[in-house]
Amino acid sequence: MEREVLEISHLRKQYDGQTVIDDLSLTVHEGEVIVVIGPSGCGKSTLLRCVNALEDIQGGQIRLHGEPISQKSRNLQQLRQKVGMVFQNYELFPHMNVLDNILLAPVKAQKRARREVKEEAMALLGRVGLENRAESYPRQLSGGQKQRVAIVRALCMHPELLLFDEVTAALDPEMVREVLEVILDLADQGRTMLVVTHEMQFARAVADRIIFLDQGRICEEGPPETFFDAPKTERAEKFLKTFTFERKNKSKSGIRPGEEKL
Amino acid sequence: MPDLGLEVLWKGKNLIRLLGGLGIALRISLVSVLISIGLGTLLGMVRRKEKGLPKVIMRLYLEFIRIMPQLVLLFLVYFGTTRSFGWDLSGETAAVIVFSLWGTAEMSDLVRGALNSIPVHQYESAEALGLWEKQIYRYVILPQAVRRLLPPAINLVTRMIKTTSLVLMIGVVEVLKVAQQIIEANRMSSPNAAFGVYLAVFVIYFCACWPVSLAAKKLERRWR
Repeated sequence: MEREVLEISHLRKQYDGQTVIDDLSLTVHEGEVIVVIGPSGCGKSTLLRCVNALEDIQGGQIRLHGEPISQKSRNLQQLRQKVGMVFQNYELFPHMNVLDNILLAPVKAQKRARREVKEEAMALLGRVGLENRAESYPRQLSGGQKQRVAIVRALCMHPELLLFDEVTAALDPEMVREVLEVILDLADQGRTMLVVTHEMQFARAVADRIIFLDQGRICEEGPPETFFDAPKTERAEKFLKTFTFERKNKSKSGIRPGEEKL
Repeated sequence: MPDLGLEVLWKGKNLIRLLGGLGIALRISLVSVLISIGLGTLLGMVRRKEKGLPKVIMRLYLEFIRIMPQLVLLFLVYFGTTRSFGWDLSGETAAVIVFSLWGTAEMSDLVRGALNSIPVHQYESAEALGLWEKQIYRYVILPQAVRRLLPPAINLVTRMIKTTSLVLMIGVVEVLKVAQQIIEANRMSSPNAAFGVYLAVFVIYFCACWPVSLAAKKLERRWR
């Protein structure tokens, strides 16, 4: 088995006494792509936010390469630099152009040479087809372009783990693909990723392992083929059914019974 | 053409005296504006985190300053302190005190509002990148807050410049007071002087405030 990157053990998260994540344990190995799915409110976004300590936790432990990460960690900033996160609403800094958005953290937080990071940033922008947008401001970009910039911004930190929090949920359908293809590409490069998504086709294609969350617990997990084609739990089966549609009363000719034309 | 009484302006040193009055007004507003921006920014940042008694005290201070007409505040500080505490404040000092109290109160409110208007996600995405808190404020939050702060802050500055015309009531000889003196002195020789002199006062105030608005507009456009 590959090296363990992330180890979540008995994680418990509560908001105002309400349990959002309940005794959840999960291990992510190097190069593994894990897709977390589940009904809304099941705690999947919260899980990601706990991993880089944007949320405080009420129990259990999260370890990144064996080092515990929480809001109390003394070297929290250094730990967060190893975890790249991409948000649903891009969250680029609106007052900076694309390049400055990408360079800010590597130059200021990691103290790397601006020239070196810039070269890397331009190469990565080229890979996602945005090399001529380096001087643009976020407001001049489409949603899909913004999200690709956000991904490059995360990559430039050289993270050991990438978190994607419903990154296509705010996008128009035709822009979803351009973002998902970038993520597929990253998976092929052997990146370690934890992905929360509602795109089932994509989940099936990108995942090494599917985690199905319900009410803050792992309800079912396994390889995507097994999960999507033959879910073991009733809850997962019911959830997957919400993505297929069927009309009950439809004849082959397109004419409903009792409505025949003369 | 009716006699606008403009010739009074060229008599003797009248125009120079008016401009001298403007100098006093601008000096009062400049000192007060600098104090207000400094203290107001600090106070605004502190006020985001305060609770309990300090919050109540700040609230009272703000409401008090906002409800009282500036003229009443001027009288209170200029005449009131002399009677009650025996302080011998000059009109100008009293004016600076009042305008600073007023400006600081309003500025702290503006700063607090600007900081609060930055979405929490901006903090989070900066945190997720591993930036330190100081860096988050310096590079992400403050630049955005300043851009939002600029229009209302400029508005406050021009209001402060305009309101200095009240200080003639506590014996400071500023633009309006000089204007009145000129009109009085020339009542016999040019009875229409009121129009010409007040017209000049209008132009003078306009020239003092317009560049401030212009500069603000330019900055806003550059930062858009």
